[in-house]
Amino acid sequence: MQVNLTGSLRSCANGAEVVEIDACTIRELVSKLLETFPEMEEQMELGIAVSIDGEIYRDSPSKKLPVGSEIFILPRLQGG
Amino acid sequence: MTGTLVNTTVNGDAVQFACPTDESLMDALRDRVGLTGVKEGCGTGDCGACSITLDGELVCSCLVLGVEANGRNIGTVEGLADGDKLHPLQEQFINHAALQCGICTPGFLVAAKALLDKNKNPTEEEIRYALAGNLCRCTGYDKIVRAVQAASKDLRKKK
Amino acid sequence: MTHDQSFTNQKFKLVGSRVNRPDGVDKVTGRAKYGADASAAGQLVALFLRSPHAHAKIKKLDTSRAEKLAGVKAVITSADLPDHTNGAQLDVLENCMARDRVLYDGHAVAAVAAIDKETAKKALKLIKVSYEKLPHVTDVDEAMKPGAPLVREDIFTRGIDPKPTEPSNVCKVSTFGHGDIETGFDEADVIIEKSYKTEQTHQGYIEPHACLASVGPDGNGELWVTTQGHYTYRTVCAALLGMDMAKLKVTSSEIGGGFGGKTHVWIEPIALALSRKANRPVKAVMTRDEVFKASGPTCSTSMDIKIGAKKDGTITAGSAHIRYQDGAFRGQWGQLGAMTAFACYDLKNVQSVGYDVLVNRPKVAAYRAPSAPMAAFGVESTMDLVADAIGMDPIDLRIKNAAKEGTRASYGPTYGPIGIGPTLEAAKNHPHMRAKLKKNQGRGMACGFWFNFGGQTCTDINISADGTVNLTLGTVDVGGSRASMSLICAEELGIPYDQVKANVADTSSLGHNDTTEGSRGTFSSGMATIFAAREAIEEMKERAAQTWDIPVEEVEWVEGEARAIGQKNDNLPPLTLKDIAARAAATGGPIAGHNEVVADGAGVSFASHICDVEVDPETGGTRIIRYTVIQDAGKAINPDYVEGQFQGGAAQGIGWALNEEYIYGDDGRLQNAGFLDYRIPVCSDLPFIDTEILEIPNPNHPYGIRGVGETSIVPPLAAIGNAVSNAAGVRMTHVPMSPPRILQAIEEAEA
Repeated sequence: MQVNLTGSLRSCANGAEVVEIDACTIRELVSKLLETFPEMEEQMELGIAVSIDGEIYRDSPSKKLPVGSEIFILPRLQGG
Repeated sequence: MTGTLVNTTVNGDAVQFACPTDESLMDALRDRVGLTGVKEGCGTGDCGACSITLDGELVCSCLVLGVEANGRNIGTVEGLADGDKLHPLQEQFINHAALQCGICTPGFLVAAKALLDKNKNPTEEEIRYALAGNLCRCTGYDKIVRAVQAASKDLRKKK
Repeated sequence: MTHDQSFTNQKFKLVGSRVNRPDGVDKVTGRAKYGADASAAGQLVALFLRSPHAHAKIKKLDTSRAEKLAGVKAVITSADLPDHTNGAQLDVLENCMARDRVLYDGHAVAAVAAIDKETAKKALKLIKVSYEKLPHVTDVDEAMKPGAPLVREDIFTRGIDPKPTEPSNVCKVSTFGHGDIETGFDEADVIIEKSYKTEQTHQGYIEPHACLASVGPDGNGELWVTTQGHYTYRTVCAALLGMDMAKLKVTSSEIGGGFGGKTHVWIEPIALALSRKANRPVKAVMTRDEVFKASGPTCSTSMDIKIGAKKDGTITAGSAHIRYQDGAFRGQWGQLGAMTAFACYDLKNVQSVGYDVLVNRPKVAAYRAPSAPMAAFGVESTMDLVADAIGMDPIDLRIKNAAKEGTRASYGPTYGPIGIGPTLEAAKNHPHMRAKLKKNQGRGMACGFWFNFGGQTCTDINISADGTVNLTLGTVDVGGSRASMSLICAEELGIPYDQVKANVADTSSLGHNDTTEGSRGTFSSGMATIFAAREAIEEMKERAAQTWDIPVEEVEWVEGEARAIGQKNDNLPPLTLKDIAARAAATGGPIAGHNEVVADGAGVSFASHICDVEVDPETGGTRIIRYTVIQDAGKAINPDYVEGQFQGGAAQGIGWALNEEYIYGDDGRLQNAGFLDYRIPVCSDLPFIDTEILEIPNPNHPYGIRGVGETSIVPPLAAIGNAVSNAAGVRMTHVPMSPPRILQAIEEAEA
């Protein structure tokens, strides 16, 4: 499926805004991204969130990625 | 610690404490008398969280020395209610949601009471200027001013 | 157990009513206990020795004379604080206590615990530190220049390709957006490009950081502390000190304001370390001076905004380059600013680039919708300039380009149902917009966006034998959430509001809860409370079925009582919650409901603010004449406190826009670390702040809750900037718009 990269993650994927990754869950998506783009590790450690069809998940690694859904890797948000 | 003995009246009761001569009345009231309703926000007289009355005058207790309280009459938020009956200001602060975090509330109540003791029917502007020595970071003062207006009305009705 | 989180659009009996808060009496009588209000027998007083330099090497640190002073029970320096985290949280530790160098004015270098304050003060004077001063930089633009003094030598900018080989103060470059801005700008009839600056501000909570720490030689510890997240404090303190999490009980005191500033640890790990070393309870309270210098204010910023539009108002492209200083510690605040900059709009071509920059200032922490207000200042000011250039009403320009359901957000994903359009329409139709202005007065408006988020949450409901209900929450109540949660609990159970007593549990009494931040409190604890109540109801239905000796399928829960369904059960009178509670001992023991959830799906939030100001052309002084906040709250559980959040955020934004700023001298030292010189708005500065709550339900929450706490601080800088610019007749580009800056702008425009 198509995975949209944002922020400084793009530079870890040779500037690509979209990458093709096949994954069923957030957990699988993250591990496959790291396999493909090891430079993402530093960014991932700082925290990421995954948006599935516009809904942002921070701590739900088991969340399923429906076929055809819109996926964005976002930085983990902080709030006040 | 070398302490000086201080005899004072707090909320109508005789109270005795010993404190170093350079200790603020705020620290003495909090740490020696146990009245932690007197809050420290700055220690420099800028925030009003430690507001008390000293012989009826509104003061920042962080700018008064503990030893200066000798023979004086102190009023704190703990003395506002009459037994189990809250003061109208206390009632209206709750009714109007005039507090969020509540740390500034004791100081506001003491300052508002000092205003209403002198001016039974203050205008909005008079309330705003009378409370300008008390900082609140949560409410934008909107509901605080409304609560004081409502309490002032209650107090006038009572008389 | 998993629960359906989706919006149910139920009719509410209690939710939405203006109830008095359960902690109200405690707070108006002085009984409520805040961070500095707890004491323990034999407690020591902790004081900190702090750096007078912006940047220096610690060449020698001698505490021996202090340690020998009678009454001193422990002295701590970085030598007592080995890194137990394999580097993972070394920067947190280093901020709590400088290691081989100090990175900002006020950076702690040592701490003492003594029998009283007098002794502790004497001890600090006996500590000898020799510093070797290093070059410093405190301005974000200066810090980015080639040859700027390096705050750290090991920072290589991330987010650029190829990877840099030279260290820099720029930690990270983060790019967001879509489309092609070059094409977009080519299509524009009008292009406005402008640079802006905002100065550093502090959350300004009235209660300084304070705690009472107690650790025994057996490794058991307790921490009473003012915090937005006592579980987070436990996690971090245990990690930094090598303690077992389960053996450190953290209790959150009443909190005297946080606004993001109490999401990080500052003095707390050191208080625990002092207590462990002295084997005595230790109380640590920051002075206001310390709060300003050594807690976590928000960033100062500098940015370039460019917007292109067609004559009909269609925006063809927007770009933002925003530079945020994170203090002396790596942060992600520029990144967050870049994400929020254009989030209000439906743009075909948009790019925002955020730079995170180190300077010799305190570590930046979150401040209410962190990073969003500054970016909004730049974008919303530029929007007004675009409107002016094409001769369109600024609000119509915003309405024309507002994001809507299905819009691809400038930070990436596609929006669900959102409230920016409705808040703008409400602003346009508000009587405030038609009120007459007098001489020297001006009106401005702006809109703002914040994400909101949910997170890990855990809640308990216990039903007492008399039918009253304990609701045990793990999210710190920063502004009245116990009232909201009690309303939600009572609503679900079908009982009166005052039959519920809500408490915030300590870390040993309930599972982990994320910090109360990101406007998550009511959203996520509300969700967990609903599900916990539903679990308790299932249990009560079981008990009723047992009592009646009928299958549980024949029991329904309506209006606070179990009812037997079906004709054959007609003779069974309903059992109220009270009836069932009274019989609990005989029907299976205690009745409880529990829920743990990762509350995802928080709804994004939008607000539009309108502001009238009067600018005195002689003094440059500005008065706020009228202010209106319109915000989408999702479902407003307790409208009084929703309004309070709107008003409080607006007031903080007003202070930021007009007065508040950290002023650093050439020596890199903070010159105004007190409320006299760092002036926050007082009562006589402000008018009543009008509010209008829009309720566009969040589809991902059973009650439609979005979260309301933060968004209200996003529009004010820009709304006031636009109003002041209209009143003074000159575009203001530097926040705060203090009298000297306004006078200077007027003079420059006249010259």
